[in-house]
Amino acid sequence: MADLAADKVLQVELVAADRLVWSGQATMVIARTTEGDVGILPNHAPLLSSIIEGVVDVQTVEGETWIAAVDAGFLSVADNRVSILSERAEMSHEIDLEKARQDLERAKESGENDDAAQEAVRRAEARIRAAERAS
Amino acid sequence: MALSVREYRARIKSTESMKKITRAMELIAASRIIKAQQRAQAAAPYARELTRAVSAVATFSNVDHALTVEPEDPKKAAVLIVTSDRGLAGAYSSSVLKEAERLVEKLKGEGKAVDLYTSGRKGEAYFKFRQRAVVRSWTGFSDQPTYDVAAEIGATLIETFLAEEGDGGVDEVHVVYTRFRSMLSQEPTAVRLLPLEVVEGTEAPEKDDLLPLYEFEPSPSDVLDSLLPRYVQSRIFFALLQAAASELAARQKAMKAATDNADELIKKYKRIANQARQAGITQEISEIVGGVNALADAQAGSE
Repeated sequence: MADLAADKVLQVELVAADRLVWSGQATMVIARTTEGDVGILPNHAPLLSSIIEGVVDVQTVEGETWIAAVDAGFLSVADNRVSILSERAEMSHEIDLEKARQDLERAKESGENDDAAQEAVRRAEARIRAAERAS
Repeated sequence: MALSVREYRARIKSTESMKKITRAMELIAASRIIKAQQRAQAAAPYARELTRAVSAVATFSNVDHALTVEPEDPKKAAVLIVTSDRGLAGAYSSSVLKEAERLVEKLKGEGKAVDLYTSGRKGEAYFKFRQRAVVRSWTGFSDQPTYDVAAEIGATLIETFLAEEGDGGVDEVHVVYTRFRSMLSQEPTAVRLLPLEVVEGTEAPEKDDLLPLYEFEPSPSDVLDSLLPRYVQSRIFFALLQAAASELAARQKAMKAATDNADELIKKYKRIANQARQAGITQEISEIVGGVNALADAQAGSE
């Protein structure tokens, strides 16, 4: 069946630096690049793009929606293969919402001007968004 | 007979408890190797995808990046040496340090000054004892490295590579680590990390395998800018993971040898102790017999 529908599905791999977070077939992937949100459908033109801290949305062939929070990284699309590379990535069901909220509070307190703190704030916000959208 | 039976018994006891310790360490190392190998395998997809992306950019754009430019007259090199935090791993740390010394000699022979960076307490101690300057050392993670550590090491090395000569910048970065070939063989390896040779990736695309024409967002140079540092970090992470697996394998081998040696020693001491015990008994008997004879002689004499 996979062969039959090879031109209608995307083979998606969501990869963190230390593990493969999710891999499977999907009909659509939405990710946030430096230029804004981008949606990838089957037969998309080859693309290599930087992504920022945000939420990745995957519609599987079974009609399920998987949501993951990712850090800055890359999105690469070629031949109906989508790879999302990020140093850290978590599926929404792996995120502890309470802990993410605390992280956000802490990150906000630790400073507004600091680059690292800003990054931590964006990361925490992305994780909360991912967890809330899934629930 | 130099020692009494009691002293041999004490030696046997202490060797036995040593054997228990080395046996436990052997088993711990054996169980951790599996985890270390799994971690190395889990990190493989990231490295593979990253290599694919880097070669795509390198193939389809004519962008030169600071990290790939070969300096014309390299004068200074940095060497990162990946050693272990703890000993009791046989020749693991010393063989990687030997390989590092060879590389340092070679670089010096080419007229380059060498800056040393170490990871692991053993490397730190080695250079401290010899009073040789180490620019920076990282410790405390050698048997289970995390990506964060690799990212930090990578960021530091990239910073030194990009810095101007005057501010301690270097023209080359090398890494010396132990490659994990199998449980039985680990091999100290030296590789040049920077400047990057992009196509030397683990999975270089086949010649007739046409790579797709990519769109780059926001632009090829921007993508390359954030791609290459990550590529470097992922290669350092790979080196750390390989070193961790090698360290555990070396430790398991060393501890197995130690356990076997303890067994031999116990056997030897048991033999000697038994001999001493026999000798003691023989002596006692001959003393008793001698005493009885003397008594009998004395009694016979008095009658």
